[in-house]
Amino acid sequence: MAYPTNFRYTTEHEWVAAPAAGAKSARFGITDFAQHQLGDIVFVELPQVGASLVAGQAFGTVESVKAVSEVFAPVSGRVTAINADLVKSPELLNSDPHGAAWMIEAELSDPAQSAKLMDSAAYEAFLAQQEAAH
Amino acid sequence: MSDNPTPAPAPIRRTPLNAAHRRLGGKMVAFGGWDMPVEYSGILPEHRAVRERAGLFDVSHMGEISIQGPQALDLVQHVTCNDASKLHLDQAQYSGLMTAHGTFVDDLLVHKFTDRQYWLVVNAANCDKDFDYICQQNRFDAQVVNLSDDFTQLALQGPAALNILQPLTPVALAPIKYYWFTTAKVMGVDCILSRTGYTGEDGFELYFDPAHSERIWYGLLEAGQPAGLLPCGLGARNTLRLEAGMALYGHEIDDTTTPLEAGLGWITKLAKPEFLGKHVIERQADQGLQRKLVGFEMIEPGIARDGYPVLHQGQTVGHVTSGGPAPSLGKNIGMAYVPVSLADPGRRLDIQIRTRSVPAQIIPLPFYKRPR
Repeated sequence: MAYPTNFRYTTEHEWVAAPAAGAKSARFGITDFAQHQLGDIVFVELPQVGASLVAGQAFGTVESVKAVSEVFAPVSGRVTAINADLVKSPELLNSDPHGAAWMIEAELSDPAQSAKLMDSAAYEAFLAQQEAAH
Repeated sequence: MSDNPTPAPAPIRRTPLNAAHRRLGGKMVAFGGWDMPVEYSGILPEHRAVRERAGLFDVSHMGEISIQGPQALDLVQHVTCNDASKLHLDQAQYSGLMTAHGTFVDDLLVHKFTDRQYWLVVNAANCDKDFDYICQQNRFDAQVVNLSDDFTQLALQGPAALNILQPLTPVALAPIKYYWFTTAKVMGVDCILSRTGYTGEDGFELYFDPAHSERIWYGLLEAGQPAGLLPCGLGARNTLRLEAGMALYGHEIDDTTTPLEAGLGWITKLAKPEFLGKHVIERQADQGLQRKLVGFEMIEPGIARDGYPVLHQGQTVGHVTSGGPAPSLGKNIGMAYVPVSLADPGRRLDIQIRTRSVPAQIIPLPFYKRPR
């Protein structure tokens, strides 16, 4: 799966989309690599609208059949929306991790924070490097 | 699943099918000191395949220990809690390898080959420990041999297992009853064919010379393909056995739990003249249990996992031994030890899931029983 070029990525395999022009809110999710590592996802726990997010701190939980994984905020902000469809159908994370399975939408405290994360090319290089290490 | 105690960090071991698993895209993990596939196509499709059609598991990491000699039965009877004297030739039984305190060294299958030869199938992570323990207890001059490296073990499980296997062997499979076995050629290879398994489904376990591992593995996969057979990993093995309410060593049972606490009174034969730990279990039977293993289902969203606290009125009263989603039941289930006073079906308890306390209800075991 191709990694969208308008996303930024963390080493923990989360993504943050670029806010639409003029908007301050952006969507967060986990990457295709992450969903593949986790396997069949059966449960998603998301924060409440209004919750504040601190870059690098857990904001939600994704559970596969076998394991529990925390999801960390790529950047700081405040939750403006959660993806209720995803809570109802966690398997969306396996089928469409970069699209329909967005997890939350947040108003970013500092839009410049995203620029410090990896772009798609850097993330793909990071994955290749990880693969080679195994 | 992978937290069975492994005493010394030994080099990771590989079954003869390791390369085949990788070729099939198996996701490999360390389990009990072995490099094993946790899944190929996914735990959910593999689980479903076994319930509805069939699945093939490489379980060569399991250990086989042979006990032979005029007093072979005496040794088996001394170290296990079930009554092996009741076994007929070609019959198998589920049993426990007991400590002197009536707790589990391991759980195992006992196969009777002849009056002078029995075969124990034991857990991978415990095999060396079991072997040493049985040798220590051997005051019967029996020959105890660890045959684990001499056998590949496959489990072909699911309602279609018999029909997949039948064309590959001259022996009639239908007359083999549950927990009986036979020796037969499968694809021309000498096998021990046992109608046993760890999934709650009908099926067979095959034991044979590792030299033929890939031929039999791929042969079965090919033969089963029209019926929808899938290669399955340890992930599905765990969800299947959990639904079937079967114990996993290191989780429901270990050297701190007795068979009675674990709901395994049916493999504990106190009428036997003697076995290790019998007096402790007898005392427990007389005085009653303090705690027992129960099954529960979550009644609000949340997945109980191994080790999570079980709460009653805010107090921790036990811990989850195994927990997770039950794909065939569409709910989240688990097993836990709780005080007997709280162990009745219907009882509401809470599971501490991270920061939340989520309601659960005790329900009878097993969670899943196959339609017959």
